[in-house]
Parts: sequence; C-alpha cells; structure tokens
Amino acid sequence: MQIQFEHAQSAHCENGVTTNLLRHSGMSKITEPLAFGIGSGLFYIQIPFLKVNNAPAFSYRTMPGLIFKRTCKSLGIPVERKKFSSPEKAEQVLNDCLQSGQPVGCQVGVYYLTYFPKEYRFHFNAHNLVVYGKENGSYLISDPVMETVTSLSGPELQRVRFAKGALAPRGQLYYPKHKVDITDDAIRKAIVKGIKRNSRDMLHIPASVVGIRGIKYTANKILKWREQLGVKTAGSYLAQLVRMQEEIGTGGGGFRFIYGAFLQQAYTFIPKDELLKISEQFTKAGDVWRSSAVQAAGIFKGRITSEKDFQDMAGYLFEVAEIERQAFKALEKIKW
Amino acid sequence: MKKSEIPQDKSLLEGFTREVDYAVDESGKYTSVLSSGWEVKTSALDLAWDDIKLRVKEAEEKVRSGQASPVLFFMELRLMDPGILAAYTGYWQWQVKRHMKANVFNKLSDKKLQKYADLFEIKLEELKNPFAK
Repeated sequence: MQIQFEHAQSAHCENGVTTNLLRHSGMSKITEPLAFGIGSGLFYIQIPFLKVNNAPAFSYRTMPGLIFKRTCKSLGIPVERKKFSSPEKAEQVLNDCLQSGQPVGCQVGVYYLTYFPKEYRFHFNAHNLVVYGKENGSYLISDPVMETVTSLSGPELQRVRFAKGALAPRGQLYYPKHKVDITDDAIRKAIVKGIKRNSRDMLHIPASVVGIRGIKYTANKILKWREQLGVKTAGSYLAQLVRMQEEIGTGGGGFRFIYGAFLQQAYTFIPKDELLKISEQFTKAGDVWRSSAVQAAGIFKGRITSEKDFQDMAGYLFEVAEIERQAFKALEKIKW
Repeated sequence: MKKSEIPQDKSLLEGFTREVDYAVDESGKYTSVLSSGWEVKTSALDLAWDDIKLRVKEAEEKVRSGQASPVLFFMELRLMDPGILAAYTGYWQWQVKRHMKANVFNKLSDKKLQKYADLFEIKLEELKNPFAK
C-alpha cells in the first residue's frame, strides 16, 4: 500500500513534516518558512541543568512538537496526536492510518536511524519523519532532511519510534484529522498570531536563559569559560554551541535565515514594507551567528585561544542579541 | 547569507544527502539551495567525536585497571549515559551507577548482565571480557 505523497526536502525536520503533511491535506500554499513562522519556531535557550555529551545544551528553535501544533491550531486545522505505551498497539494504529490513506508524522530517535550517516547518530530523540506507505514489509519513509524518500523495516521503525532517554518519543504519531479549506484570510491571521507570539517568546519570557536574555546569558558565560574551564573544555563547549546551531540542514544560524524567508513570504499575504526591512535584520542576525561559528571554530581548533579571542566570541553573541532584540521590537510595533 | 556564499564543502553527509540552506539571491529575495556541507560545522562534529574517543579510551583504562566495570566502557562506546542505560534496561540510575563498579559487576548474575549485553548488542562473553581480542 502506497499513498501518493509528495516528498519535499526542508532545512529542518519538523518544519518539513508539517509542511508536507499540510500540503498533502490540500493546503498547497503552506511552505517551510510559513510553517516555521506561523508556528513561532524561532527561539533561543541555554537549557538549564542539562548536559549533552558533557557540555551545556542549547536550542535555537522552539520545543519539539510545538511547530506542528501551533501551525495547525492557528490555521484552524484539527490534529490527531497519539502516544503509546505498547509498541504493538503503536504499529497497529500506524498500519490502520496507512490503510485508510493517511500519511503519518512520527517522532523518532536518531541513534538507530539506519539511513543516517553514523557520525550524526547521537541519542537525540526529537527527529521527525513521515511514514507514507508499506511495501513488502518495509515502511516507506519521507524524511524531510533527506534529498529523496527512503524506507525502514518494521523492526527498524519500531526501534526508532520507541527510542528511550530524554524526550523519548513513545511511538508518538500525529496528522491533520481532515482537510480544511484554508482561505488567504486565515493565513493572514495565522501569520500575525505567529509573529506576535514569537516576539513575546523572544522578548518577554522572564527567565535569564531564554530568548534575547538567553543569548546574552550565554555570552556572559563565554567570557568566563577560558579562566573557569581551561581552553580545551571551553573549546568543547563552543563546538557544542556550533553543533547545535548546526544540526543537519540548519547551517549556521539557519533558523534566522528561515525566519527572514518567512517575513518575505508573509509580505506576499500582508504587504507591509516593514516586513521586508525586518527580514533583512534577520538575515544580518543569521550572518553574525555564522561569524560566531567561524570564531568558535578558530578557538576549538586551537588556532586562536587568547582571552581576547573569547571576548570577541562573546561579542558576536552580544551583537546577535541586539540585532534580534531590535528586529522583534520592530515586529511588535507593526500595526496590523 | 547570499546564495553565492553558501558553502559547498566536503562533509560526512557525502553519499547520504545534502542539506537545504536558505539564502538571498542578487535581488535580495530568499530562495533555498542545496549545500554539501560547511567546514566549520564539520570541524565541530569532528571535535565531538574526538571527545567521545577520548572518553572511550579513558573508560578502557579504568576498566583495565579495575577502577570501573565494562558497563562504563560500553556506555561510552555507545554514546550513552546512565540515564539512557536506565531507560533501556529498566534498572534505576543508582543501580546502573553501582553496576559500573568492578566489584559489584563481578557479582551480577548472567540474567542481569544479559540486559546490558542486549542493549550494547554484544555477547555476554564480550561484556565480561571486553578486551579479550
């Protein structure tokens, strides 16, 4: 059984799954940047109390699952989402969906994902893909970060759906319940809502490790790392900062560029010149994130390791924080 | 980032996939472009693997000198941590941590050890004598 499903590659997995599932349900105007923006995907957090690979953990986008949830909700699309305690039941429900012609989004762990390069397979459990059919005992997979579709055997799919540890997917699957005709007006409203919510998340959450404050928080930490941790460990921490900017497909402040693209596409629905100007600010923010990654690489490769180099590193983050603060302030001021 | 600046460096993705980057074209309009990888990013990933290899080596030394049990060695080898071990085996984290002590490990029954062997995808023998080869 194979469902006619169009695989479009995307920069980020959850954006891609959201976009492809919605397009499959007839919402042909949805693109990756629109899904990301409507879902208020842009974020920053230095996650407290959590160490990944013995270094602090950072995230440049919102919590796993939220982009799909918020995008569908804002567009008025009802969503089915299920978690399972029993793997057998999870497989049964998946098969039933496929049988009825419904492609399904699944949260999976990356460590046992056989078609990924080995070097990328860490115990990261918030990856997303679409299952769109079953043939000769193999499940047909549309993984949005892959150029082409692929497949997994039944046991392979079960294993990644029931990966364990932090953010364990517990077989989680989700899909839009039924087709909804989305008007341009509904998209306009969803865009405005997405922008307002994203401005709030980045500017006004009263926690020191989150949003613009969070970027500054990390910058202030970096200023102390060299003395506190020594050059080697500080280098590993910085590599982590880069690596987490840099999951497959989000290349160098990549989420900032997607947000820039979102604002340009938002302009085609709501022709306000501010959107284009602010889009340029996000391009600039993405560029500075990239420069910070280059600086970090200089440090962790041991090429530049003086106190001044760490100050410059922190300087890039302070610069990013200021650009993004101004950009979101400007978005907040738009009269819709 | 301009479209013309999108890096096309060699990376570990080669032969698997390329990645989508968003960038602006000459007229300032955003488009998406495929990239084979970025050297900066590859070096960050390389460093993560250097760190892992170092931890595996340190774990091996600890096991060889009797300071730790093979559970520690295979945990590092499989990029896991005590939380992940506990989640997969069904033991509590404090139990997992105890099992990493050589003297505790040596008294564990084969039945208990089998859970670790299954998780690490090795034979029981290899779990007991990881460096036999």
